[in-house]
Amino acid sequence: MERPLLQIVGIRKAFGGLLAVNDVDFWVPEGQIASLIGPNGAGKTTVFNLITGIESPDAGKIMFAGQDITGSPPHVITRAGIARTFQTLRLFPNLTCLENVMAGQHVRTKAGVFSSVFHTSRQQEEEWQIYEAARCCLDKVGLWHLRAELAKNLSYGDQRLLEIARALATEPSLLILDEPASGLNNVETARLMGLIRQIREEGITILLIEHDMDVVMGISEWITVLDNGRKIGQGTPEDIQQNEEVIVAYLGKEEEDFSWNSCN
Amino acid sequence: MELFLEQLVNGLTVGSVYSLVALGYTMVYGVMRLINFAHGELFMLGSYFGFTLLVSTNIGALGAGWGLIVIVLMAAGAMALLGILVERVAYAPLRESGRLAPVVSALGVSIFLQNAAMLIWGSRYRAYPVWAALDRRWQVGGVHITLMQVIILGVSIVLMLLLYFIIQRTTLGAAIRATAIDQDTARLMGIDVNAIIRFIFIIGPALGAVAGVMVGLYYRQIHFTMGWTYSLKAFTAAIMGGIGNIPGAMVGGMLLGILEMLGAGYISAAWKDVFVFIILIALLILRPTGLLGERVAEKV
Amino acid sequence: MTAGKGRLAMEGVSDAKEFPRRGLIYGALLLVLLIFPFKAGPYWTDVATFFGIYVLLGLSLNIIVGEVGLFNMGHAAFYALGAYTTAILNTVCGIPTIWLLPVSGIVAGGFGYILTRPIIHLRGDYLLIVTIGLNEILRITLINDPWGLTGGPNGVLGIKRMRLGSLVISRPIHFYFFVLIISILAIFVLLRLQRSRIGRAWNYIREDEVAAEAMGIDVRSMKLLAFVLGAGLAGIAGSIYATKMMIISPESFTFWESVVLFTIVILGGMGSIPGVIVGSAVMMILPELLRNFMQYRMLFFGAAMVVMMVFRPQGLWPSKRWQLEMGRETEE
Repeated sequence: MERPLLQIVGIRKAFGGLLAVNDVDFWVPEGQIASLIGPNGAGKTTVFNLITGIESPDAGKIMFAGQDITGSPPHVITRAGIARTFQTLRLFPNLTCLENVMAGQHVRTKAGVFSSVFHTSRQQEEEWQIYEAARCCLDKVGLWHLRAELAKNLSYGDQRLLEIARALATEPSLLILDEPASGLNNVETARLMGLIRQIREEGITILLIEHDMDVVMGISEWITVLDNGRKIGQGTPEDIQQNEEVIVAYLGKEEEDFSWNSCN
Repeated sequence: MELFLEQLVNGLTVGSVYSLVALGYTMVYGVMRLINFAHGELFMLGSYFGFTLLVSTNIGALGAGWGLIVIVLMAAGAMALLGILVERVAYAPLRESGRLAPVVSALGVSIFLQNAAMLIWGSRYRAYPVWAALDRRWQVGGVHITLMQVIILGVSIVLMLLLYFIIQRTTLGAAIRATAIDQDTARLMGIDVNAIIRFIFIIGPALGAVAGVMVGLYYRQIHFTMGWTYSLKAFTAAIMGGIGNIPGAMVGGMLLGILEMLGAGYISAAWKDVFVFIILIALLILRPTGLLGERVAEKV
Repeated sequence: MTAGKGRLAMEGVSDAKEFPRRGLIYGALLLVLLIFPFKAGPYWTDVATFFGIYVLLGLSLNIIVGEVGLFNMGHAAFYALGAYTTAILNTVCGIPTIWLLPVSGIVAGGFGYILTRPIIHLRGDYLLIVTIGLNEILRITLINDPWGLTGGPNGVLGIKRMRLGSLVISRPIHFYFFVLIISILAIFVLLRLQRSRIGRAWNYIREDEVAAEAMGIDVRSMKLLAFVLGAGLAGIAGSIYATKMMIISPESFTFWESVVLFTIVILGGMGSIPGVIVGSAVMMILPELLRNFMQYRMLFFGAAMVVMMVFRPQGLWPSKRWQLEMGRETEE
């Protein structure tokens, strides 16, 4: 049943002399909520950039839904079905919420200069499709009533939700969320976790990159742990909580920030 | 071989002028991330100012040595004042705006100053008077070297060494470097960022004015559009050396001058400016951080 | 799912309602434009024609600078390419100028593609400097008269007028209507593009390039497309200019011409089509009115640019989408 949707084989990436990611293998099971965790500097962001095509690996392979996407540019990867959000919000600040979310539909449509100028019936239908898809995604995150508001005028929490809506509008099969809970209060975090579960229910696989252990342990079904550019553990939350190496390398170091109790 | 040496000397001369002007660009860019298009016009105005001093005062009577020093100092002082004024009027109010507004404002200042010069001094070429004491030349191994060339090279090198010393060895220099890395942090560390910016706008135009007077004495002819021509070359030099990098601007200017003169001597004088721009574009495509490296972490 | 429904329902799109609501005003404006040349006399008709050429140039640069946010300070190069294509092919090969109108657009657009392809990835300030460099390279090339084609500093003379059937476009009023029709066509096309998937993609790039790329937009191709369309339209404007003047020379296509075009876009408000028109009007018509103070004209321009940036950086008629990029927000 657990078919890998995303499979990473032996990827390696060095910056100058620093080996940021060293022979990492991991996979994300289809239809689940997976997490990639690790202390600061563990290489999470680099792995993330390699998957989304911002950087290409020095060695190794990235397979997505049976397709080799190693080293493809970001727009090709998005087209293949991987969508992402940004840790530091990157919305289009001077455009409306609706327009922000419409951006996601760009890869699913194809009107060119000619059909846009002559308003071919195909293009008109496409515009309608873009609008409908954007409406649906805004609805899902509960921001439809703010559709005409400029993105920069939204509250921080709403901006995070808007980013998720925008990513959903690309119709992904894998949604990667880069620390979606950072900067959110408890109420907002709870709402976010509900939303993530709901997205999973719709059949979209989720890969979470997260610092907040409450979020990770509370929601993930599959966890990969990185440390110093290496994978040190992979498995269900229970496996990870018992993994000696993980406890020593990662959790042990941050005792103050972390308590096992909060997960249960 | 003689042509080569001849063009090498010419290249070093014009190159040191580019270096002096490039310093103004690179310092402003390093601290403010702004291409200060108006800088070339200050260089041009410095040249005209020196011209007026020479023609309508008796400073020339002081003799070549003192006369030159007084004229250069007065032109430098005047342009430093103008530099501060430009900064206050056209850039200071835009400190918090995006990056585009100051660039447009700089272009506006540039147009304004250029046309002001045209209205004051006329649209035709003006000629620096012949200063007999400076009109000396020697022949060294078949290569002509004029006294002006020696002066330009000497003055430029001394000024650049002085600037390098200030930036690298003094507290003021450290403050400038800190401001270039991160203005906000510098401010928190108690550095008066506005004072640093003012200082940059004193030194840059002053060096530009020195270059302007020397260009006038060397080439004799000056024109109100020359600021623009030198400006593009100087900026190319700054990019060649890695923008924000002070020794880079010095080396970049010299190198550009030599390349330009060799191109003019061996290929074609009419196309020499095209070489300069092709070098610029190729450099930006192939090595955008410049030959000596852009000071990304440590601009200036 | 009918075609019209989509358009009406999109209330969250910034300027979807901007135009239809003002239909009446635009209708009246069109009426004035139609009557104008019959009342104004040939001199002012010519002024209006040149104004129209500047509107075309402003619109073409607006695609690049206003919609995508790429700092192109060498736009006069594409204008020159269009003008010289028409001039050379007409005087050397004898091709009728009316055919050369689209040809000039295609040639300029083609050069737009070839010249900007290697530099399209450069960041803001560097792109600005490189486009200045391209402008200068072209100008010097024209002056140096390669293969005796460009006529050096004197330029090309003896360009024939355009002929449409039996009508030779020669009198001021002919040119006026010709430019008016081309401008209206261009505005129509650009409005359609602005409100399409393409126009939105351009705006996404302007707002945040990294996010746009992550949303699946092929940033490089979209930027190149903007350059090709912008250069092509500038080429068409150049072709009209060549047949209007019948003689062209490099001095019409200097860096300062590029600065004037850039200023038109900034002055009017980036990404705003009405803004381009207002900007062109300020840059073209004001100097005509100030003819007695001709020599102070550029002085005034320079000062105006500084004053604009300090007091109204968003432009005279900003697009609703574009109010913050210049650093300050406006109260509507």
